[in-house]
Amino acid sequence: MRITVDTERCVGSGMCVLTAGEVFDQREEDGKAIVLRPEPPADTRGSVREAVDLCPAAAIALSAPGTPVL
Amino acid sequence: MGEFPHTVTTMPTARRSGCPFDPPAELVDARRHSPISPYTFPGGKPGWLITGFDLVRSVLADSRFSSRKELMLHPTIDYGDMQAPPAPPGEFLLMDEPQHSRYRKPLMGKFTVRRMRLLTERVEQITADHLDAMEEAGPSADLVTAFAKPIPAIMICELLGVPYQDRGSFQEQVDSFMNGETSDEDLLAAYTATQDYLAELVAAKRANPTDDVLSDLTDSDLTDEELRGIALILLAAGLDTTANMLALGTFALLRNPEQLAALRTDPALADRAVEELLRYLSVAKTFMRTALEDVEVGGRTIEAGSRVILSYNTANRDPERFADPHVLDLRRQDGGHLAFGHGIHQCLGQQLARVEMKVAFPALLDRFPTLRLAVPPEEVALRPETADVYGVKSLPVTWDA
Repeated sequence: MRITVDTERCVGSGMCVLTAGEVFDQREEDGKAIVLRPEPPADTRGSVREAVDLCPAAAIALSAPGTPVL
Repeated sequence: MGEFPHTVTTMPTARRSGCPFDPPAELVDARRHSPISPYTFPGGKPGWLITGFDLVRSVLADSRFSSRKELMLHPTIDYGDMQAPPAPPGEFLLMDEPQHSRYRKPLMGKFTVRRMRLLTERVEQITADHLDAMEEAGPSADLVTAFAKPIPAIMICELLGVPYQDRGSFQEQVDSFMNGETSDEDLLAAYTATQDYLAELVAAKRANPTDDVLSDLTDSDLTDEELRGIALILLAAGLDTTANMLALGTFALLRNPEQLAALRTDPALADRAVEELLRYLSVAKTFMRTALEDVEVGGRTIEAGSRVILSYNTANRDPERFADPHVLDLRRQDGGHLAFGHGIHQCLGQQLARVEMKVAFPALLDRFPTLRLAVPPEEVALRPETADVYGVKSLPVTWDA
């Protein structure tokens, strides 16, 4: 699993940090989501999926590991 | 989809007697028939009412639905052909992109999870102060004035930088345009007074910036008028919603003693309890959108220009989304409610609200182990459905001194 965040779409709700705080954080300056662990450990995958579902702006995407990030 | 869809012709204005926490029965009934119902606005204009969780969520995430104020209709009042003016500068909740982002973006960094959690200690202190005052004045109190209103009011005023001595009168003004019962004349007076106050506040922050959100924003390219609009929206949202969650939430816990006991004995339940109270009570009940083009929703075509009423409180009681939706279950596992909305307008201050509730509910229960209603539950005065935010007007409580 590889996580990417579209910071253009992100509205800074913080839902990802609330749901999977070990994987996501927010930038100090503008509240946009950042990914701390782009390839999260197995035990966080459930909460990462929940974060994807809860994101109000559909800004988080999951892909297969090793997928190049454009 | 039946051939004769269930139609809702007037927005229900009352909750069933004895069920202060449940949405009006007509809305729950509409949801039982279909997650989307034709709705006739006063004056006869056709529109839609959405009560199903998935459909409300999808409309909120869909940029083909507009939030612009001038495209809205009042759900219960016939204004004839009169059209609402566009939202004043800064009032970004009633705008679409790119105007919305112009205002939300500079605020997003101020309301992050991390920043709001840093306020925990301050919320604890304010909460303890108010519990002390309650205890001293007790053994009875109106929980609304003694506890539910001051905690979020002090927090949002401190964040924005409203001087301490102005808080009382400012809170009264905001209250009078939020309670759903103020006459038009008094409403206008309160609105004008608030606008004047905020204009002065913005000018003061520009002249002498202090350590607060509003002062920080004077550093951006936003005009004074825009800052005034932003301040109004943040204060109105920050004061009224959390205050009503705290008071109505306490009422709900007192009416569900086994749930109250669970939270009291297991403070680790607080996070989940707050989410469940948000879902169960959904005090910000209803929002609206207008279709900018023809959009298919739930098998029906919503035509360009049609207004859609989104019933958050009914969606949060959707049996297709939540098991036993009308049960308050603080241990509930199926999270993901719509109490803060969804899409680009999802509540900016939600993490602040969470911190406030997470601190305040357990602290209250801890301080007063014998807390109970001081009047029969049916005598608790509720806000009418005409108020934008649902709640109680007062909550008389008592305890063993």
